[in-house]
Amino acid sequence: MDTAEKLDKNASGRNHAEEPLIDLEEQPMQETRYPEHTVGTPFVDAPKMRFRDVNVSYGDTQAIHNISLDIGKNEVISLIGPSGCGKSTFLRCLNRMNDTIDICRVSGELFLEDQDLYDSKMDVVELRARVGMVFQKPNPFPKSIYDNVAYGPRLHGLANKKFELDEIVETSLRKAGLWEEVKDRLHAPGTGLSGGQQQRLCIARTIAVSPEVVLMDEPCSALDPIATAKIEELIDELTESYTIAIVTHSMQQAARVSNRTAYFHLGRLIEVNDTETVFTKPEHELTEAYITGRFG
Amino acid sequence: MSKTTEKVRKTLARRYRAERRFKAFGIVSIVIGLSALLLLFGDIIGKGHSAFFEHYVELSITYDPETLEIEDANDPEQLRYGNFEGVVRAAIQERFPRVEERQDRRALNALLSTSAGYELRDRLEADPSLLGQKETLWLQLDDDADMFLKGSEKQRENARLSPQQREWVLDLEAAGETRSEFNRSLFTSGDSREPEQAGILGAILGSVFTMLVTLALSFPIGIAAAIYLEEFAPKNRFTDFIEVNINNLAAVPSIIFGLLGLAIFLSWFGMPRSVPLVGGIVLTLMTLPTVIISSRAAIKAVPPSIREAAMGLGASKMQVVLHHVLPLAMPGMLTGAIIGMAQALGETAPLLMIGMVAFIVELPTGPLSAATVLPVQIFLWAGSPEQSFVALTSAAIMVLLAFLIAMNTLAVVLRKRLERRW
Repeated sequence: MDTAEKLDKNASGRNHAEEPLIDLEEQPMQETRYPEHTVGTPFVDAPKMRFRDVNVSYGDTQAIHNISLDIGKNEVISLIGPSGCGKSTFLRCLNRMNDTIDICRVSGELFLEDQDLYDSKMDVVELRARVGMVFQKPNPFPKSIYDNVAYGPRLHGLANKKFELDEIVETSLRKAGLWEEVKDRLHAPGTGLSGGQQQRLCIARTIAVSPEVVLMDEPCSALDPIATAKIEELIDELTESYTIAIVTHSMQQAARVSNRTAYFHLGRLIEVNDTETVFTKPEHELTEAYITGRFG
Repeated sequence: MSKTTEKVRKTLARRYRAERRFKAFGIVSIVIGLSALLLLFGDIIGKGHSAFFEHYVELSITYDPETLEIEDANDPEQLRYGNFEGVVRAAIQERFPRVEERQDRRALNALLSTSAGYELRDRLEADPSLLGQKETLWLQLDDDADMFLKGSEKQRENARLSPQQREWVLDLEAAGETRSEFNRSLFTSGDSREPEQAGILGAILGSVFTMLVTLALSFPIGIAAAIYLEEFAPKNRFTDFIEVNINNLAAVPSIIFGLLGLAIFLSWFGMPRSVPLVGGIVLTLMTLPTVIISSRAAIKAVPPSIREAAMGLGASKMQVVLHHVLPLAMPGMLTGAIIGMAQALGETAPLLMIGMVAFIVELPTGPLSAATVLPVQIFLWAGSPEQSFVALTSAAIMVLLAFLIAMNTLAVVLRKRLERRW
């Protein structure tokens, strides 16, 4: 299996139950319904991240077509859309996680503040320290809870002394709402926690590096509703200090946690608007069709 | 009853029959394999167990300065040239005083191992005050007499002893002046032309040095190659070509590696013959594919999510490999390396080509001193004419098998112990 397929499976693998899949190719008049430009308000003033005409392709297959979008400071933007529409691919461009895939080609302008992400001068290690990522499946390292959270700070030399590191670990775990549950067993393996706790541990691990932007790729898709609720609360709190981009398959989740919502469809960005607008009076018919459950 | 249920029921019996048949085949093949193994072990142990013991005879020794031609027992020069065999001969002739013919005396002397003299020298060297004294000692019998004593009635008939010698040995046995002891020399000495003095320590040391060289070379090289191929190498025709060739290398007959070693390391680089260093290098070439292939499998088995997590935090590729991939893949890599080592330990053919088949009595002292290895020692003994070497060969095989079993068990234990779940 080549990597593009693998990625595709990753993005679509888990959520068959949530969204009845229908083959979009078979729908008539598909092409005619695409808007010329993204409708709504894709651009904001003084954005944290800025993207213009981003195209991504895996070998000969183009996964993302001409996406232009701004992500504002300290906002939560949710990326929604049917499986395989390119939201995850797009998200993974934001901290160049796609670099690991040989056949992946990214073009267009991608800026974090005024720095070009794909500029040769941009160091990918620095970029990932500034733009952290939480993955779909909780993936704690097979180490202790403490070491999981301390890994990033150690990597970047953020703490020189033991007590500084202890402090970072505690603050991060507190911010992730996990401190009370694990403070007595910091040296127990992180893999022994429950799924929801593991995911919060992964969030703590990500924010321990104090990134400016946190990317979340369906962070709740493997969790039960209670754990999901906790993570959503957490996202609410985190938005005070971080900019968050979250890919989600749950429209309720998008509605609950985000300020703005972007709707992707077959590699195109159809509509970006305030979350409320998207869910109450979407401007584009495709968006409307999706949120009302006519497909996807 | 619905139509489907009806149809399902019809096929059920057939499905269960197929399942039972499949199970039976499996059990039969396991039984065949196990019985072959048991047969092999039974045969080897049956033949080899006697080699772990050998017979000694009780004799009263007089350290007579005249016979010994030693005046000062503290002088190493005199000790070295002392006529200890004369003392041994005198002792056995004293035990059988009626043997007077020269020829008969020679036959009598032949009952004792030549090692008996060395034993006396060692004793005198340790305690010079023994000179001129008498003491009763247990001395080693020659292998033919030893075989005669060990053998059953039928085997005794075939023993290589003259009727006269048989009489003497039986006389000693009846008088309770012989006894069977654990064969220490088997584990404390090198090869010898005399079966009762031959040991496998030299071969074991040779194997150890060879394995150390092999491990020191093949483990790091194999792991480095595996990591590079899995984590860093671009996927293109050239790396495909390398991959195909690594798999090819694993299938090359080992004798070819021996010829390669002979041509390159001995002829071209002018390395010494018969040394564990060259043996280790040749076996490294042979083991590398195993190590690389199993290490790559171990690296592949590390879940990509761990890599992504580390990379997402800003770890560089090298850090991802060193901090996460390598520790998680290590059990698999170790297992592969140990299995590769076990293969190399049992390898004979390539070592024949580089001269590790020589008859070497001295114990090797390092990777640069001439040595042989266990399987080659087995090969050498298997071709020796003396009857006692048959038992020795089997004993050496038992030791080799014990090492192999220990290594493979270690591999399994390591894998179980270090296995992590995620």
